[in-house]
Amino acid sequence: MAMDKKIFTTPIIKANPITVLVLGICSALAVTVKLEPAIVMGISVTLVTGLSSFLISLIRKTIPNRIRIIVQLVVVAMFVILISEFLKAYVYDVSKQLSVYVGLIITNCIIMGRIEAFGLTEKPLPSLVDGLANGLGYGLILVIVAFFRELIGSGTIFGLQVIPQSFYEAGYMNNGLFIMPPMALILIGCLIWIQRSIQKEDDKK
Amino acid sequence: MDTNKNTYTVIYTIVMVAIVATILALVSMGLKDKQQTNIKVEKQMNILGCAGLAKDAKTVSDRNSYVQDEFKKYITEALVVNSDGEVLKSETENLDASDAFKVSTADQFDIIRKMEGLQDEAEKEKLAKQIQLPVFVCQTPEGGKNYILSGYGAGLWGPIWTYIAVKEDGKIAGALFDHASETPGLGGEIVTDKFRSQFTDKVVLEGGNIVPIIVVKGGGAKPQNNEINAISGATITSTAVQKMISNWMELYKPYLQKITSKTE
Repeated sequence: MAMDKKIFTTPIIKANPITVLVLGICSALAVTVKLEPAIVMGISVTLVTGLSSFLISLIRKTIPNRIRIIVQLVVVAMFVILISEFLKAYVYDVSKQLSVYVGLIITNCIIMGRIEAFGLTEKPLPSLVDGLANGLGYGLILVIVAFFRELIGSGTIFGLQVIPQSFYEAGYMNNGLFIMPPMALILIGCLIWIQRSIQKEDDKK
Repeated sequence: MDTNKNTYTVIYTIVMVAIVATILALVSMGLKDKQQTNIKVEKQMNILGCAGLAKDAKTVSDRNSYVQDEFKKYITEALVVNSDGEVLKSETENLDASDAFKVSTADQFDIIRKMEGLQDEAEKEKLAKQIQLPVFVCQTPEGGKNYILSGYGAGLWGPIWTYIAVKEDGKIAGALFDHASETPGLGGEIVTDKFRSQFTDKVVLEGGNIVPIIVVKGGGAKPQNNEINAISGATITSTAVQKMISNWMELYKPYLQKITSKTE
């Protein structure tokens, strides 16, 4: 199982779906204003990528090639609806916070991308690991971006105020730009920049 | 096996869809009760919350029964009134199944929207008569009475709604807002205490007339009188809140006049 470890670690940093493959940007801009929804979104996407890759890989030999995209869509949609239903029944508050974005997991390119690139050709277990790892890589970037946006945009972490009140009295103000989606794009851009410049040095060695 | 044959593809699709549909239907049926209780409890929590009650709902372990108990304790009467201020129905038992609790504010909002499109005053009157307005009477721990009014309107992406507790002197005791799909962190911020608390003690009715609540862009200037600071970055949601309140308060006006005149 030496190969499995690489499948798991590569997507998290080296081939991160957001910073390297630049997939799933849309939702990364939308749900990263606060940390809590970002984390739930990360977990949900991880589950969906993992499970749908696993299931598709299980039935990969039976899928007619001409309708494979439709089959993938149905499977992904099923898992997303299941997750949405369970969120509504057991963590109603969170499901409300994520509102439409849970449903929009279906359109997240990472999921279809991983199924096409990996799940359709590989065995179920590696597919599951690959899916989970890609979801985690996605979640990781979400959390990093959400951390900075919540800290600088609202002065809070997990809804708790971390910037002391005395700062505000001294004239410090929350940066409203961080609440806006464009700032998320700039932050992601910076992350891509940092990562590429580090990896470039690695490649030269 | 040849997976590219037409018959295989057709049968494959049918079987797949049937399986997925069954799974989803079963899960949906299994979780329905739980989801509906969640929705009901949330409504009760909102009704209580706007009057500043059921504060521990976020921390208690068994939230559902806590909220239901509190609701029984404090909400004494559920009324349905019309836009002339007449009480159509009044119930004091099993309030969580009362008509007022079941009135869909979304349906009433449809009528309001239809009214906006009409030019003819007589037609408007006719529609206004159809509107049913829920009122919950709340006996506060301090001994006063709060009248909890509802509101429903269109936000930026989807519906927004509100519960406003009005005291007998025509001032707001507390307000609560919620939304279906406003952007988290922007329009979604209308649910926060910071936004809500601005409404407390604002005057709704003075001398028999509705005092409009105005949402102003926050630019450091302190809002005056009946002004509320908008949420930065969420101008459309903020103005939607203003419009929703003015729409519904205008409908509640005759009833509000009744409750406030009782005390004078």
